[in-house]
Amino acid sequence: MQILLNGETTATCASTLGELVIELGLEERMIAMERNLEVVPKSQYNDTRLCENDRIELVHMIGGG
Amino acid sequence: MTDDVFKVGTYEFKSRLIVGSGKYKSFQATKDATEASEAEMITVAVRRVNITDMGKENLLDYINPKEYTILPNTAGCFNADDAVRTLRLAREAGGWDLVKLEVLGDTETLYPNVVETIKAAETLVKDGFQVMVYTNDDPIVARTLEEIGCVAVMPLGNPIGSGRGLANPFNIRVIKQRAHVPIVVDAGIGTASDAAKAMELGADAALINTAIAEAKHECLMAKAMRDAIRAGRQAYLAGRMQKRAFASASSPTEGYIWD
Repeated sequence: MQILLNGETTATCASTLGELVIELGLEERMIAMERNLEVVPKSQYNDTRLCENDRIELVHMIGGG
Repeated sequence: MTDDVFKVGTYEFKSRLIVGSGKYKSFQATKDATEASEAEMITVAVRRVNITDMGKENLLDYINPKEYTILPNTAGCFNADDAVRTLRLAREAGGWDLVKLEVLGDTETLYPNVVETIKAAETLVKDGFQVMVYTNDDPIVARTLEEIGCVAVMPLGNPIGSGRGLANPFNIRVIKQRAHVPIVVDAGIGTASDAAKAMELGADAALINTAIAEAKHECLMAKAMRDAIRAGRQAYLAGRMQKRAFASASSPTEGYIWD
């Protein structure tokens, strides 16, 4: 399936946000995700199904002032 | 001075220096300078993970969120909606509710867009965030942001990253005199004397990034800022002498040997 991940059209085999995190190897990282402009709590990653053309934002913390 | 606690919202700090984590040459340099500063609160930015090149290391591998209070910012946001989205994501990432709101007006001056800042502050306060808000040095805007419920108001000393010191010390003092929440001078501090001056004016804390990160020796400047913040704070609490138009002898003016 194709999703829009951080603004890029991306193919994924993941069917949930939880699987997407594992597919990207980000299980250990302090991240947050938005699905179609709604923040999804980490506790709901495994229950949140990915759909074709979902807009996913996946962020982390970087240096800033 | 040990009981001179810096209280902001429900948080308490010993240090009145807040540092940023941007512009460093490496994560190691960020860590070393932050440790040298003895700051307890450090700002971070929220950005998309680079999916194609994630890198092995992450800022938070070096700045341990268990040791520091992480202050997520909204740097780069130019409207209220983006700022609110950014901080909701940050809260989900790390559980942080103390945040730095900044909504900018243009890319050249990086001056705050006050209208959008106020809109974002209203939403975030209602949403349960403890908002430390970057703004210009306007006492009326500072009061408005306090009335909205921000836990700290952070007027700029000068434009972000300019290192030009305090453009309008009088306004910083006026803002402080009228405020009931902590006032943090954010942006513009270029060297230790600027930091000391901000504290002497009564600022409760200062937020410093570029002046440390772009110093030739970051750790040494971090220590200089640490000491300047302490010195300025102590001078403020001590209550400075009145300025005089003419001299006033320091030694007694009687008992001269020629009298």
